[in-house]
Amino acid sequence: MESGPTLFGETALTRRKQRTEAVAKHVFFAMALAMIIPLALIIGYLVVKAWPALSIDFLLDPPLRGMKAGGIWPALLGTIYLVIVSLAVAAPIGVLAAVYLNEYAKDNWFNRVINLAVINLAGVPSIVHALFGLGAFVLAAKFGKSIIAASLTLAVMTLPVIIASTREALAAVPRPFREACWNVGATRWQTIQSVVLPNSISGILTGIILQVSRAAGETAPIMFTGALFFKAVERGDLFAYSLTDQCMALSMHLYVISTQVPGVPEALPYATAVVLLGAVLLVNITAISLRIHMRARKKW
Amino acid sequence: MVTSDGNRAAACQANAPAAVRNKIEIRDLRLSYGKKEVLHGVSFDIHENEILGVIGPAQSGKTSMLRCLNRTIDFTADATWTGSINVDGEEVGRMRNVYELRRKIGMVAPLPVGLPMSIYDNVAFAPRCSGMKSKSELDGLVEKCLTQAALWDEVKERLDSLGTKLSGGQQQRLTIARALSHQPEVLCLDEFSIAIDPVTTMRIEDVLKELKSEMTIILVTNLVQQARRLAARTLFLWEGEIVELGSTESMFGPNPKDKRTFDYVNGIFG
Repeated sequence: MESGPTLFGETALTRRKQRTEAVAKHVFFAMALAMIIPLALIIGYLVVKAWPALSIDFLLDPPLRGMKAGGIWPALLGTIYLVIVSLAVAAPIGVLAAVYLNEYAKDNWFNRVINLAVINLAGVPSIVHALFGLGAFVLAAKFGKSIIAASLTLAVMTLPVIIASTREALAAVPRPFREACWNVGATRWQTIQSVVLPNSISGILTGIILQVSRAAGETAPIMFTGALFFKAVERGDLFAYSLTDQCMALSMHLYVISTQVPGVPEALPYATAVVLLGAVLLVNITAISLRIHMRARKKW
Repeated sequence: MVTSDGNRAAACQANAPAAVRNKIEIRDLRLSYGKKEVLHGVSFDIHENEILGVIGPAQSGKTSMLRCLNRTIDFTADATWTGSINVDGEEVGRMRNVYELRRKIGMVAPLPVGLPMSIYDNVAFAPRCSGMKSKSELDGLVEKCLTQAALWDEVKERLDSLGTKLSGGQQQRLTIARALSHQPEVLCLDEFSIAIDPVTTMRIEDVLKELKSEMTIILVTNLVQQARRLAARTLFLWEGEIVELGSTESMFGPNPKDKRTFDYVNGIFG
């Protein structure tokens, strides 16, 4: 036993607490640092492997000689088409539904069912979305395998997440603002239009943009509904597909040349992966800078 | 409209002159949130062009009562009310155009709320919502309301800056300007001085004395002395019931009708 503790003196207890504190801090820091390692390794490994193939021509050329040479233009273009069409469908529906759920909906069983549906839809695996898209859009709606069917499938997949992120952005606008508007005789719509939407629009857009990367990266939902093994497209042709055509897509192309075609030079799949990853990172950076911009302009 | 004679007698006993016109008549107002009743059948009248002070401790139903007046209680999902609220002879519960009602009854909340838009737009918001577009009309109205709220001189050089960036006291005056912007006939102030300094409070109190000639004012306050300074009649609400309604003079005097009133205004309530 120590002889009588002094007020600020070190005891065995305080020393033990300090040691635990130091250990905890370093362990947590190491775990956080570990997050960076896989990302850095993935990017580094991909870029090194892909280096011989990477060039502007790789982006703009179609695959040549049975996909054993050339570039990825038709796949890149197809992915862009799929993303744009799917978001053109999912974003308006998702945002309007979220506005209804957050601003108008009362807390009754019907709206609780809608909420439950949104949450569960977000948890459905993408391969199940693919089967649903095949049944609903390709077969029942008779779109056939096409960009429109694949995009609608992607839209169904991204919709619940867009609804959730939009609701979050709307809920971030403090309720007293709404009450102040109601108090002076504004309707709900006037309130939404002049106060709620202008102050949540950057958050809403950020949420939508983050879904771009998800729609671009998924393979399963488009595999049965509209993605194509190969389609001949002129170098750099922007209007190679119509909505009822099937198209190539980056994620699908990556799968095809890595597993389905023998004798593809090693650099090609890696370069395709770099382009896919680069596109996703670019989109995420857009979302992040939008968020920074939004914080700087915060009005309260 | 159910009215017990006892309630009516209580409502009218404030020895008002016969010429006084009732702006608002409330009869047997009962309000519940879910299963919990917070107003237990309240009946009283509010005279035209008077300042009615409403005092009472927290949870006595003061704010809830105001929210029934302009039907913003509709926005609270589990709130239900019965009884009758009559504004200028019209039954509030049966009104189709609640937006018109809310423009008629200006409401100032306890905490200042500058909307996240320019000072000018804050004041022009309500008139724009009801369809006023002319720039010169809006300019005139904005200046008039900001002047009435004793804020014009401080902000006239920077009407384009954000309303949310003003100080607390300025935002509260902006809130009052916004409540005046739809030219209400009744102005409800719900503990407007809770977040502002005494000097600003005194300036707004002076404004209220002037506004009394143009509109009816309901002043809900936790500062009993504020009711004493401003109100001709005072209503003491406690746990959802009216303890006493009478002339401020008699309620703050040595012999109010109810002992609880004496205890409350003299700070020995307990």
